[in-house]
Amino acid sequence: MKPPPFEYHAPRDLGAALRTLAEVDGKVLAGGQSLIPMLNMRLAAPAHLVDINRVGGLGASEVTPEGVRVGALARHAEVERAAAHPLLTRALKLVAHPVIRNRGTVVGSLVHADPAAELPAVLAVLGGSVRAARWDTAGGGPVLREVPAEEFFVGPMESALGPDELAVSAFFPALPEGSGAAFEEVSRRHGDYALAGVCAVVTVGADGAARARAACVGVGAGPVVVDLGELGPVRRAGWKAAAALVREATDPEEDIHATAAYRRHLVGVLAERALRNAAREGAAARGA
Amino acid sequence: MEHEITLVVNGTARRVRVPARRLLSDCLRHDLGLTGTHVGCEHGVCGCCTVLLEGRPVRSCLTFAVTVDGAEITTVEGLAGSDGRLSAVQRAFAECHGLQCGFCTPGFLCTVTALLADNPVPTDDEVIEGISGNLCRCTGYQNIVKAVHRAAELRAEET
Ligand SMILES: Cc1cc2nc3c(=O)[nH]c(=O)nc-3n(C[C@H](O)[C@H](O)[C@H](O)COP(=O)(O)OP(=O)(O)OC[C@H]3O[C@@H](n4cnc5c(N)ncnc54)[C@H](O)[C@@H]3O)c2cc1C
Ligand code: FES
Ligand code: FES
Repeated sequence: MKPPPFEYHAPRDLGAALRTLAEVDGKVLAGGQSLIPMLNMRLAAPAHLVDINRVGGLGASEVTPEGVRVGALARHAEVERAAAHPLLTRALKLVAHPVIRNRGTVVGSLVHADPAAELPAVLAVLGGSVRAARWDTAGGGPVLREVPAEEFFVGPMESALGPDELAVSAFFPALPEGSGAAFEEVSRRHGDYALAGVCAVVTVGADGAARARAACVGVGAGPVVVDLGELGPVRRAGWKAAAALVREATDPEEDIHATAAYRRHLVGVLAERALRNAAREGAAARGA
Repeated sequence: MEHEITLVVNGTARRVRVPARRLLSDCLRHDLGLTGTHVGCEHGVCGCCTVLLEGRPVRSCLTFAVTVDGAEITTVEGLAGSDGRLSAVQRAFAECHGLQCGFCTPGFLCTVTALLADNPVPTDDEVIEGISGNLCRCTGYQNIVKAVHRAAELRAEET
């Protein structure tokens, strides 16, 4: 249970970090709360580690009416305390334990792309994005691109980032007016990854009609997003039928923790709970 | 390749040469001889390696020593006062039988010290949430929860 040897790089600024990633075959070390367990268990053995903990300017988060942009070094606990986005704050409380959240980063959780992780589902249900940077060796400068959530999560533990790319921030769009949100999950022990989970956003229009979107964790290769569209007046919407649609959209696998059938059952139950809770909050926000 | 780093451990600056792959837990135990910090699972689950990094509890088994070069670290050895008097949290654990074999105790003490600094009068739910990342195979947790409340009382009396 000791990490294999690697060459260590501790760049002080973004340019140096990107140049190092362009030159060597390395992995980024952020909070280390997923990467170091993998090294300790020898599931990963990168030749180089690029530790971004000393890179200036990556820790800041920015809140605007459009949403929250979270810097690569913003720790789960800091973002949770800032409470700038109700769904993000709620989801963060479900990520591991408070002590892990003191080190783990929001952006690291996204790049790690564990199919059972909460934050990828939040980014996906909100239609957010990740900003990636790489060093353009020919041009001698950094190049940025904005990757939308639907393209970012490629597969289990696989994001769309290239080996020379660093995720510098992630953008979580604000909830539209008249919206409510919920995150419901079941895990075997407090702080464990969930067996299954569902987050939902319900937006109530000025006419009282509800629109809903859900994203599921632990039941697919990545977050499974279901756009439920317009569901009629919020007070009379068919949440049970909507939850069944969410359940049908997932294709869970069996493992030592739960059978596929149990996971599918959980998704249905959790989807209904999440949709109803989000709808209640949305209706209150709209004053409907 | 070895790296020369300085850690301010329990108020004393310690210089040490470590390979990059040295976990903070091993650096404290093997390089600095501070064996109070225990190591159980080495993948973040058990919590017995928890130390305070700039006052906040973190897993020392999921932190490289080189990453925290220059930082201030408090281990269980640093919780008692300079006169050797146990801290309120330590006394409460002793008084309430919050430990049996003691293997998990250093992690609990560090976690609870930070918990009470943040939230001096936690509710039962807040205590349980706060210590949820620390496993104890002996006590059944009831006495640990009691000890946290008792520590809150002792702290209040003493300040
Ligand atoms: C006991 C335990 C329980 C946990 N439970 C949960 C849980 O319930 N839900 C959950 O979601 N997570 C859980 N986690 C994982 C935790 O959330 C991690 O902190 C998080 O997944 C990774 O963030 P990090 O900053 O620690 O990333 P690291 O561990 O440093 O990196 C993770 C991966 O992302 C890459 N990476 C990180 N940042 C960047 C970047 N800016 N640019 C490019 N690549 C990058 C790394 O190269 C690595 O491949 C748990 C962890 C532990 C130890
Ligand atoms: S040894 Fe660090 S959490 Fe178990
Ligand atoms: S006292 Fe023995 S493990 Fe907690």
